[in-house]
Amino acid sequence: MNPRRFRALAVFWTMMTLVVTASADGSAWEISGSGALQTRVFAQDGLWPDQGTSGGQFSLSGSLDMRWRSDSGDQRASFIPFGRWDGTDDERTHADLREAYWAHQGSDFEILIGIDKVFWGVAESLHLVDVINQTDLVEDIDQEDKLGQPMINLALQREWGLINVYLLPYFRERTFPGVNGRFRTPLPVDTKSAVYEPRADGKRTDFALRYSHYFGDIDVGLYYFRGIGREPLLQVSGNGQRLIPRYGLINQMGLDLQYTRNAWLWKLEAMVRDGVDELILAAVGGFEYTYYQVAESSADVGFLMEYQYDDRSTNAPFTLADDDLFIGARLALNDRQNTALLAGVVVDMHTAEAFFNIEAERRFGNDVVLELRVRAIAGGRAGVGAYAFRQDDYIQVQVARFF
Amino acid sequence: MKKFENPVISLLVASGLMLAVPSLATTPEEKGFAIAARSDRSDRGFGDSDVELTMALRNAAGMESGRSLRIMTLEMPDESVGDKSLVLFSTPRDIQGTALLSHAKILDPDDQWLFLPALKRVKRISSTNKSGPFVGSEFAFEDFTAIELNKFAYRYLHEEACDELQCDVVERIPRYENSGYTKQISWIDTATYQIRKIEFYNQRGDLKKVLELNDYRKYAGKYWRAHRLTMTNYQTRKSTVLIYDEFSFGTGLTDKDFVKGRLSRLR
Repeated sequence: MNPRRFRALAVFWTMMTLVVTASADGSAWEISGSGALQTRVFAQDGLWPDQGTSGGQFSLSGSLDMRWRSDSGDQRASFIPFGRWDGTDDERTHADLREAYWAHQGSDFEILIGIDKVFWGVAESLHLVDVINQTDLVEDIDQEDKLGQPMINLALQREWGLINVYLLPYFRERTFPGVNGRFRTPLPVDTKSAVYEPRADGKRTDFALRYSHYFGDIDVGLYYFRGIGREPLLQVSGNGQRLIPRYGLINQMGLDLQYTRNAWLWKLEAMVRDGVDELILAAVGGFEYTYYQVAESSADVGFLMEYQYDDRSTNAPFTLADDDLFIGARLALNDRQNTALLAGVVVDMHTAEAFFNIEAERRFGNDVVLELRVRAIAGGRAGVGAYAFRQDDYIQVQVARFF
Repeated sequence: MKKFENPVISLLVASGLMLAVPSLATTPEEKGFAIAARSDRSDRGFGDSDVELTMALRNAAGMESGRSLRIMTLEMPDESVGDKSLVLFSTPRDIQGTALLSHAKILDPDDQWLFLPALKRVKRISSTNKSGPFVGSEFAFEDFTAIELNKFAYRYLHEEACDELQCDVVERIPRYENSGYTKQISWIDTATYQIRKIEFYNQRGDLKKVLELNDYRKYAGKYWRAHRLTMTNYQTRKSTVLIYDEFSFGTGLTDKDFVKGRLSRLR
């Protein structure tokens, strides 16, 4: 058994032991979960070999949420496995432990050991400063799905704010669409051949320190992260047939700010990263303004605008969000079915490439949620931006049943 | 912060002679405030509470859908500062774990944060949306949060029978911004000083909703809590019924349980 695999198993058994120990307390585990059917219909044939023709990509997913809290309330645990089967893309058929932790809470601290997900940030169009968890890219190109990250997290609550310290062993590699999958690079990514910079050999423990608080109408977060960058550089393999992910050590400082005033939310995320070869500055900022109870109905309509900036060179991991403007609108009916719609477009100021995105959802009865997504790319310039995805426009329909 | 500045009322309140106030107060405004203050202060000192409840939403055709939630409240002893509250949803399942933290203010907008479990995201939200529906129900956000005494200006109207009780009928007008109401008429019983009914009038001055509070039970010998709240919207014929379980008081909740940093650690 190779060492990585052994460590993964060790973590798993530690978690199982904690789970069993937690159960011995006598208080019950609360179990819920969901299962979903998903179909993506692509308007055009795939651009790259083996991607297949236009038509449907069918997929099933499920997750189980097991949560526990001790009778005294000072201990809690969570165990959340997730799995997906995909009819087209083998890489998208995968499983992950989204959460599996035990936590103990004191009067002004909490210590958490195990696998968890942590979100940082305020922006809507890009999650620039969110660095703890690796992106589960095969789930969705919006990068909002994350792989569970093993960690020891100490949270200290003080009058003047919240301090979080994270020790992050066991680096998780990013998932990428397979040969048959859409939204892939012209050459498929060979995730099994990932390589590491000498100082980032995959055995190290990453570290993060974050401060967050609010001052009146301003919410602020500030952090330092040192570890393996979650974004890999993709390099052409020796035989020229594959892209090899290359992970390197980074130091990064990030800031997130939100000013909330009446119906306005003003947002800014910024980061500076000392990467493998260069210093990167990046930011995303803008506003969200909401009209409540439009035309005397219960519905709210919000308008969003954000600008994305990144000064990285082509030697750094690729990003689409380098000089882009996002404009969007959000509709919430505030009805019993929680009907909501978000539509937006991200335009590259340099190439005029436009990325359209529509997300809508509505609950049926008490337990079924229907979700619709439409994604399309227009314009652009050969060889740059999202040009490789230009034939991947799709409509996705998902029906999820919660229990 | 604008405080209530009538010296007579202030003096009486300070010396704890609140029960005598209605007869001494001269103007309808003073009498209305005194009745509301007596009702509000009958609840002072509860400290903190924790309760689970179900919310049944009915449309005009009688179709029903439900939510179950838990509300934790921390009383702020100073009347010029609002209470803190935490609302945690367990159903519908797709929003399970969603939590809303509110630090109520008297006249300034409340501070509110929402926890979205799918992304594990804590989001500061605008509290301007006072009159918007709370999770698709007939309750507006302000119906839950605007229960602080000094959020309203009062006027005594008259006394009348309400079911088997006698009630003082008091008009109250929101003093805070962005309310969806021009006025509310409240019925406060003269025996236990609890609110039995509220009529809500919209921006055009029309009757929009009626809230009936029933099944009052007494805790610790002095704190009254209604266990069945029915909000009926007279314009849409929809209604929402809140059924509360037993309240727990003095559960040891402190300020530290009502900070935004706790939102991602509630389950």
